[in-house]
Amino acid sequence: MKNTTGLFTLPARILHWLMAAMILAMLFIGVGMVASVSERHAWLLRIHKPLGIAILLLAVVRLAVRLRHPPPPLPADLPMLQKLAAYASHWLLYALMIAMPLVGWAMLSAGGYPVMLGASLRLPAILPASATAFAILRHLHGWLALLLFLTFLAHLAAALYHGLIRRDGVLASMVGGSRKS
Amino acid sequence: MPDPHASPTPPARRPGAWALILAIPAACALALAYVGGWLSPHRLTPQRIVDQFQQNAGVHPGYRRNHAKGVCVAGYFQSSGEAAPYSVAQVFAPGQRTPVVGRFAIPGSNPYAPDGSVPIRSMALRFALANGQQWRTGMNSMPVFPVATPQAFFAQLQAGQPDPATGKPDPAKLAAFFAAHPETAAFRAWAKTAKPSASFATDGYWSLNAFVFTAPDGAKHAVRWRMAPQSVDDGATAPANDPDYLAADLRQRLAHGPLHWKLLVTLARPGDPTNDATKAWPADRPIVDAGTLVVESEQPQDSGPCRDINYDPTVLPNGIGISDDPLLPARSAAYADSYLRRTSEEAHLPGTARVDTKPQAEARP
Repeated sequence: MKNTTGLFTLPARILHWLMAAMILAMLFIGVGMVASVSERHAWLLRIHKPLGIAILLLAVVRLAVRLRHPPPPLPADLPMLQKLAAYASHWLLYALMIAMPLVGWAMLSAGGYPVMLGASLRLPAILPASATAFAILRHLHGWLALLLFLTFLAHLAAALYHGLIRRDGVLASMVGGSRKS
Repeated sequence: MPDPHASPTPPARRPGAWALILAIPAACALALAYVGGWLSPHRLTPQRIVDQFQQNAGVHPGYRRNHAKGVCVAGYFQSSGEAAPYSVAQVFAPGQRTPVVGRFAIPGSNPYAPDGSVPIRSMALRFALANGQQWRTGMNSMPVFPVATPQAFFAQLQAGQPDPATGKPDPAKLAAFFAAHPETAAFRAWAKTAKPSASFATDGYWSLNAFVFTAPDGAKHAVRWRMAPQSVDDGATAPANDPDYLAADLRQRLAHGPLHWKLLVTLARPGDPTNDATKAWPADRPIVDAGTLVVESEQPQDSGPCRDINYDPTVLPNGIGISDDPLLPARSAAYADSYLRRTSEEAHLPGTARVDTKPQAEARP
């Protein structure tokens, strides 16, 4: 299905902005909770796990939407390097929004923790208990979070560049409204 | 959105736009750095607490950063059913038997400290409930904690940092800490008469922090609990020549049969402090005998099943929740950091201290 409207489909736009808020919140929650000894630690931790699983579920839905409804093509005059950067960063974002919750889930499993999403809702372990696996996955969770945040910053800067400098309709294709082509 | 074709201004002529493109992501990065504490090095973080433990006693790779010396135990909890009206936790259901992996330890970051060097012992337990939920608790053999807040705890650790000249804490700094923290009075009164016990089996262990039970009807009850020993203290004194007598005693007792504790849950009355572990609740509060902890076996901590368990007291099953005690989230956060450090060492990750395979050589210089 070729996209000729110049816009991301409405489900894609809704998922984008909803998940943008969730993922950005998640990064701040994660960084905040491991640096806090106050009661913030407890309630951020309570949000972190169910929010992470929600992001995982939405990311799978979003991947399906993306594969079914290709995004509008990038402007024809965009330099090849920028096109490549756009494709690579978008697929990196998809990979990270799926990998981060899975790594977190696997890490808690390896640490022998019950993966509680609420007072009594528990997910099964996806790895056997192993201190070594826990340590590796816990560090990986942190490094991937940093990579996700840096990719987000690049994505944000690129979106602003398209909207403010190039004014080529790329930002508008996700913001919505009309796009002159 | 302006039409791109109607906008002939070249990019170089839009300094405001370029400034925004830089400033907005930079503001995001600064906000994250602020939340992560990187802009405020004086903020108390879990990492600073654990660093201070390492300052005070050195780094002992692979070991817990506090309560480093201990022994694993295993057994089960037999519920009496008497706590079931106050908490829906499956562990309290009548007749319920829940497997337990536990750990006895002494406080301090030195895994080779002599057992007689401190009067406090600790018991940590992980109840593995049949429904897959867990209850983890770390208890100490004293009825009150010295301090009420993570900040005061950190100040106490700092005051106890050994003076490089003497190898001992500076008495003036300790005195200044206690003078500045009158809430430590109850603990100090206890510590004055407390003697290092000759056995883990004859000690009682207090939860110290308050928790909240949720009853079947949804009612909340603030509680504290303790494990009351069923082994009689025969007044035996600890052998002076053996620094590791506690583990030896435990092994000897378990060779003759299991050890028992009663889990006694104290129900708070409205107004009893739940956010201050330095204050005991009045003695007349109702006490529920929730059941019996049966300890059947012991294993060395470097290979036993307790080694890779983080006894985070905020890992709780449905029916038990944390209270507003400020020490609880701090314990959770600091234990997590200690757990990450020691499991990283266990995994031989780059940049971590090497796990010493011959600890005894280092222990007894």
